[in-house]
Amino acid sequence: MTVVRNDDWDVVLNVKNLRVHYATPLGDVIACNGVNFDVYRGETLGLVGESGCGKTTAAMGILRLVPPPGRIVHGQVLLDGTDVMSLDEGELRQVRWRQIALIPQGAMNSLNPVMRIKNQIADGIETHEGRQPRAALRERIVELLNTVGLPSRVYSMYPHELSGGMKQRVCIAMAIALHPSLVIADEPTSALDVVVQRVVAQTLLDVKERLNVSMILIGHDMGLQAQLVDRIAVMYAGNIVEIAPVKEIFGESLHPYTQLLIESIPSIKERKPLKVTAGLTHDLRNPPPGCIFHPRCLYAMDRCRTDVPPLRELAPKHRVACHLY
Amino acid sequence: MSQPLMEIRNATKIYGGGFLQSGDQVIALQDFSLTIDEKPAMITTIAGESGSGKTTLANLILGFISLTSGQILYKGQDIAILKGAQRFEYRREVQAVFQDPYEVYNPFYRIKHIFDLVIKNFKLARNKRKAREVIEEALKVVGMRGEEVLEKYPHQLSGGQRQRMMVARAFMLQPRLIVADEPVSMVDASLRAMILDIMLRMRDEHNISFLYITHDLSTAYQIGDQIYILYQGIVAEKGDTAAVIENPKHPYVQLLISSIPVPDPSQRWDTNISLPPEEELRGQVKSGCRFYPRCPYRMDRCLIERPPLCNIAGGAHAVACYLYE
Amino acid sequence: MATATAEQTVARKAPRINLWDYPWLNPKLLMGGTLVILILVMGLIGPLFWDVTQARVATSPLNLPPFWMKESDLHPPGDPAHPLGTDNSGRDMLALIITGGPSSLRVGFIAAGVGMTVGIILGFTSGFLGGWVDNVIRTIGDAWVTVPSLAVLIVLAAYMRPTVTTMAFLLAAFSWAGPTRLIRAQALSMREQGYVRMARLAGSSTISIMFREMMPNLLPYLAASLAGNISGAILAATGLEALGLGPTRVPTLGMTIYYSIRASAILRGMWWWWGFPIVVLVVIFTGFFLVAIGLDEIANPRLRGLQAT
Repeated sequence: MTVVRNDDWDVVLNVKNLRVHYATPLGDVIACNGVNFDVYRGETLGLVGESGCGKTTAAMGILRLVPPPGRIVHGQVLLDGTDVMSLDEGELRQVRWRQIALIPQGAMNSLNPVMRIKNQIADGIETHEGRQPRAALRERIVELLNTVGLPSRVYSMYPHELSGGMKQRVCIAMAIALHPSLVIADEPTSALDVVVQRVVAQTLLDVKERLNVSMILIGHDMGLQAQLVDRIAVMYAGNIVEIAPVKEIFGESLHPYTQLLIESIPSIKERKPLKVTAGLTHDLRNPPPGCIFHPRCLYAMDRCRTDVPPLRELAPKHRVACHLY
Repeated sequence: MSQPLMEIRNATKIYGGGFLQSGDQVIALQDFSLTIDEKPAMITTIAGESGSGKTTLANLILGFISLTSGQILYKGQDIAILKGAQRFEYRREVQAVFQDPYEVYNPFYRIKHIFDLVIKNFKLARNKRKAREVIEEALKVVGMRGEEVLEKYPHQLSGGQRQRMMVARAFMLQPRLIVADEPVSMVDASLRAMILDIMLRMRDEHNISFLYITHDLSTAYQIGDQIYILYQGIVAEKGDTAAVIENPKHPYVQLLISSIPVPDPSQRWDTNISLPPEEELRGQVKSGCRFYPRCPYRMDRCLIERPPLCNIAGGAHAVACYLYE
Repeated sequence: MATATAEQTVARKAPRINLWDYPWLNPKLLMGGTLVILILVMGLIGPLFWDVTQARVATSPLNLPPFWMKESDLHPPGDPAHPLGTDNSGRDMLALIITGGPSSLRVGFIAAGVGMTVGIILGFTSGFLGGWVDNVIRTIGDAWVTVPSLAVLIVLAAYMRPTVTTMAFLLAAFSWAGPTRLIRAQALSMREQGYVRMARLAGSSTISIMFREMMPNLLPYLAASLAGNISGAILAATGLEALGLGPTRVPTLGMTIYYSIRASAILRGMWWWWGFPIVVLVVIFTGFFLVAIGLDEIANPRLRGLQAT
């Protein structure tokens, strides 16, 4: 197994030029338009953007779980060196959950209401590792539950007896059950109350450190991203427009869209006038020529309307797709 | 000294627990009191998490459900006994904007249906030309033009546009109070400021008061004048928005505000403090302070009787906690 | 690296007419509708081309097979003057199905139509208003559903010997309870829809909300339900007739089958006697079935298959 090296860091996941389209009667919707990014071992990468920007689609694309009418048109996904796109179904099933785990959106509402927690987790484990001896399995599940901060009594409870935050932590436990090298968490806290969100978020951090998993955290809450991730990749309408360490995204972001996102965050620390932005996102079936953001960009130049800016490294580990630079 | 626009006195709403019903009683709202003056127009925020009773309050004010005890007075009259023309007047003067911009539109009709309904029922115009004028004026307030949107079907517009149309519809009646129930939580981050800005302008230029119901304290901090923070049906803290959020007194509110993720990587949560246990699933009627199970400062007294609201610092700030008696 | 946007040309151009803008062009609906209209048309213009008085007894030679059959031990050769053959009382088969088919349709339309109308009124009122009105209507409806309709119908039909129209109303009396329950359920769930609440806030009256807001969205569902009910009514009517309880003076498909059974047509090899009425019935049922599922797909886009988003 070859390992791609980059600045002395191990790259766990290498996504190259991923393109995912959704077929509709009026033409293909371009959900991901050539997405490129890397995830290094042990880091948390945040994937942010507004609704419809393609972040969930990118995650599904990595796991080859894009539901029809979507389809992966192009792309390479190197997981520890192996190209996921070239695997057949059997090999793919080995990769899924064992090497990459997914906590999908709304996972806590997808727990089977008629099965106890212990059986749901056991199901996941046994599907991939075959039948396990009862006692060892029980110990393993209880340990998993404790890792995510749940008391042992949750072992024999039903989902409806648990609160939202506890259910979400069960989903995290299921995701880490087989010690994957990468966990993708899609909006893991979006339906939770603020305090519960903090608990679940801290659980994620805790888990990540203890098991040394890499994580992709997908979301649109910039505040949460600031608390949890090491690097952020900003997506807009199917393209990655900026990738940088989290301090630089919040401190000196370079792409106009990133700046717009940061400015839209209402502050809890000081009252200031609201920054109103106009602009409607274009129809995803007919993306504008040139830079994808130019219809809304305050700094659009002539060049932006015709040439697509490539994603270039402008500072160490800081890449931007913009003609301003 | 004019009478207040709306006065809610000890409103209580209890679900279930009746003779023929199974399950325990749920106290959705208990002894809630609120005053909104006629002038100057103000944005009063009702903040709380799920289960706090804020949605129940909205439904009570709008007349969709009725109180178990207490009164809601509008311009001095109890809304429960309004009939006929007076009830119609109430409908006209108290309007609403809801959270979900998708399901409030009847998919069978074009957008202009929502305006036509209002014009017809409230006789806002005598003929088509005048009706169109009224609609255009309302659309101008939200920054849209009739020819762009009126003939379209709901599914052809974006969430942000739909929500603005809802505000325009409410505005058309020249109401005195608009109940806005999570108006921006389902709208993209970069477009929220626009809708909040519209609310501010309606307050300043047209003297329309708002009851802004939300779980997002950051936006409440930016646009609210007064705030009431609810916890499981009771008011934990209330007062001037800046005072409450910058200087929270109630242990729950302190926990809440410190749990809001700050969008600054250098200000991360203190992960060393232990967070209180998650809320048990609701159901039982409890005596004493609702926050007792999770409060780090709890005393025996808190379990016996519920703490009343006590004023601090001269009246603009009140807390329901024995720590401040 | 983000590359050029040549990929944007991958976006296909869609055909001019597509199912999203014209959901009513659903193929199942069109096919089913065609079948039903075929029968109707046959009933309307058939008499112009064919002497339907031949459906009466003793108007034609007895026991003739369809015109393409040659002579055999069991029957004489076919005669083009009676292309579908005749029965043992001298009724011409073609005339029988030209008059019988539409007659079955009529029973179905009246029975289901009346049942549906009553169901809509009661179901809406019950679901939307709630309270004691709901309790009363629901209790009566639920009790009525448990009455064994076929048994009661058999007794009534044997006693009354109804005409086609009377039979239709009899069937209607037993078919209102089902639609009432279904529509009540729909009304209950629609009551909480966002746009219904908005209409209440806009000052609309309850009646206005029911008919202007809720009904239009229910139409495909109602139509599908109606198609199913018509089918059911025709089946019930034909069943009663096949037992010999239908009208004797007017030719109907069910009675034709009844006579054929009584005259041992199967043993005598006279397959055309019961065969053609059955073909017509199959066409009718298939037609309504397709209409019903076509409308279901329109009402519920998720059923349109993988193409749906």
